[in-house]
Parts: sequence; C-alpha cells; structure tokens
Amino acid sequence: MFILIVGAGRVGSSVARSALAAGHTVSVLDEDPLSHERLEVGMDRTWEEAGGRFTVGHGMEVDALTEAGIHEADVFIASTDGDNTNLTISQIAQKHYEVEKVIVRVMDPARAAWYREQGLHTICPTQHAIEMFTSALGAIG
Amino acid sequence: MYVIIAGGGKVGWNLARELIAKGNEVTLIESERTRYLTIEQELEHAVQYGDATELWVLERAGIQRADLAIAVTGDDEDNLLICQMAKEKYLCERIIARVNNPRNRSWFELLGIQPAVSATDLILRLIEHEVPSYGLVHLLDLRDEQLEIIEVEVTDSSPAAGRAVQDMHLPDGALIISLLRAGRGFVPKADTTIEAGDEVLLVLDPGLEDAITAQFAPGTLDAA
Repeated sequence: MFILIVGAGRVGSSVARSALAAGHTVSVLDEDPLSHERLEVGMDRTWEEAGGRFTVGHGMEVDALTEAGIHEADVFIASTDGDNTNLTISQIAQKHYEVEKVIVRVMDPARAAWYREQGLHTICPTQHAIEMFTSALGAIG
Repeated sequence: MYVIIAGGGKVGWNLARELIAKGNEVTLIESERTRYLTIEQELEHAVQYGDATELWVLERAGIQRADLAIAVTGDDEDNLLICQMAKEKYLCERIIARVNNPRNRSWFELLGIQPAVSATDLILRLIEHEVPSYGLVHLLDLRDEQLEIIEVEVTDSSPAAGRAVQDMHLPDGALIISLLRAGRGFVPKADTTIEAGDEVLLVLDPGLEDAITAQFAPGTLDAA
C-alpha cells in the first residue's frame, strides 16, 4: 500500500518507520526539513536508502501534496501537531483526492468525537490517556 | 441579530464595534490573553476569552442561538473549522469565513464554507478596477447561482463602440444590464447606441469572459 503521512513528529515518524518496515510504500510530508532526521532514528541508513520518500511542504498546499504523491495514496494519515490542520487536510484528502482510507489525529476529545460521527476516522490520544488514567485509578481504588 | 465573531484582530474587533453600534448583540471570541484584556476594556461582556475551535467555547458564547457566525482569525484552518462546526453541528444558518491565503479558497468551497472572503482577492479586484488596462472587472460572483456580474469599459477601438445593443453579438448566457455614461447609470433599450467611454455592466454565465472581452476591449487580454 502507498501510505502518505503528513507530520513527521514523534507519532508520524514512528508510524512511518513501522509502515516502511512492514513493506509499504511510505511518503512523509512535513514543513520542517529537519524533521527528516527524526525519521531515521534507530535506522542504520538514510530514510531514502531504506526506500522512504520525504517532501518538505505544508499539507494544505496542492503542490506539496502532489509531490508527496497524494494521487497514488491508498492511506492518508494526518498527524501534525495542530488539530485544525489535521482535520482540514484529512477532509481535503477524503473529499478532493478521494483517498480510500483517511486517518486523523485529534487531541481535543470533543471534536474528535464529533468529526468521527461525520465519517472521519479519528484517533484521539487524549481520550486514550483519559481512559487509561481512569482505569489505573480504579485499579488503585 | 445575534452575531458570534471568532478572532479579535483588526477585522474582528472593528466588525464587533460596528455591529454593536448598529444595534446587534455580539460576542467576540479571542484566544490570546493580552489581546482579550485590551478588547475587554472597550467591549466588556461582548468579548469572551477562549479558543473558538473548541466546542465548549462556542457553546458558552451561545452558538446555538446565533443568527450569524463570522470566523476572522489569522489562520485559515481555524476559520474553516469554526464555520464548519457552526453550520453543521449547531445549525447556524449564516456563516462568513475569512480566507487569509487566497490559495486556500478552493478548500473552503470544497468543504461547503460560503461565503469565504479574502482581503487579498478584494484588493486584487480593486487593482483591476483602478488599472484600466485590465479592461474587464468582476463586480460580483454569485457562485452558488453560477452567475457573475462584470463591468467592461468601451474604448474607441472596441467593436461595441457605435453599435446598438440589439446588434451586439453576445454569446448565449450574457446580458447587458446597465450602461454607465458620464457618471450616470441607466438600463439601455434595444436601440440604445453604445459609445466609447461607456462602462457596460453585464450578467454572465461563468466562462464567457473571453468572448465578452473580445467584443468590448480587444487587445486588453495581452495588457493584462
């Protein structure tokens, strides 16, 4: 599968490495050229030598998305550090580029829930943390 | 009318001030603390502190009963989402979004956020209007209705100069609605003669600009 990941932070880069190791085609788009380094953490060769793609640009920009290969993408993952950017670009990927599977990271649980109801595949780390804290509290209780 | 404005920048603050002066009830939402405190000195209870992309902030401001939601922050993604939530989650009937980067306008349209207002586009329109070599000026785009209203200036070399309205070979979907002559506007009759120096207002189906330009102001396309 061709997986396009926007946002090479801790989450995005880890997902990118795992997906590449699993044999997928992985393209990463990030505004910060230095975020490329994070992709190579723990690897003994460069991201490109390992077969990965990296594009510098913003997820709202048509040119950057095209260069990163959005037209071929089977999966689109929005994992920048901004909820609003993630929600916007994932809807663009879904509605304009008709990417089959779109997954978006949203830190705000309320909006994650609402956008999930609207048909986006949202992942909310905050909600997971809340649930784990709550269950840990119960275990202590 | 109850209006919620997201973003207390120059646009948002002045909009709030004007709308209040016209007798509307307004809540302005500003997420930057010092900016909020400054505005609060003037607008008092009409400004609230918070991030308008968060649902509880919108709800606290009373989005459920708002007649109009305006998103004018400096961030296009924020403006888009605020309007999207106001319209689709809270069923606010009227929304207006600011587009900071004109390149993002198509995304607002894609996601159903209309109207999306871009200051850059408006200034470009003004430039087109003030620089005559552009020849053809878009006055109004009725995007939903698929119509636009344009203005063209008739020059000495225009094929239209000296011709009667009924003799103009306009494409289907184009209609002359008004002539401006010597600062006065009037609705022409079929036998009204178009003169050099006239400004002609037309209503058009989209995509007919080139055909119109050829009729009224030949050569101006190169100048543009």
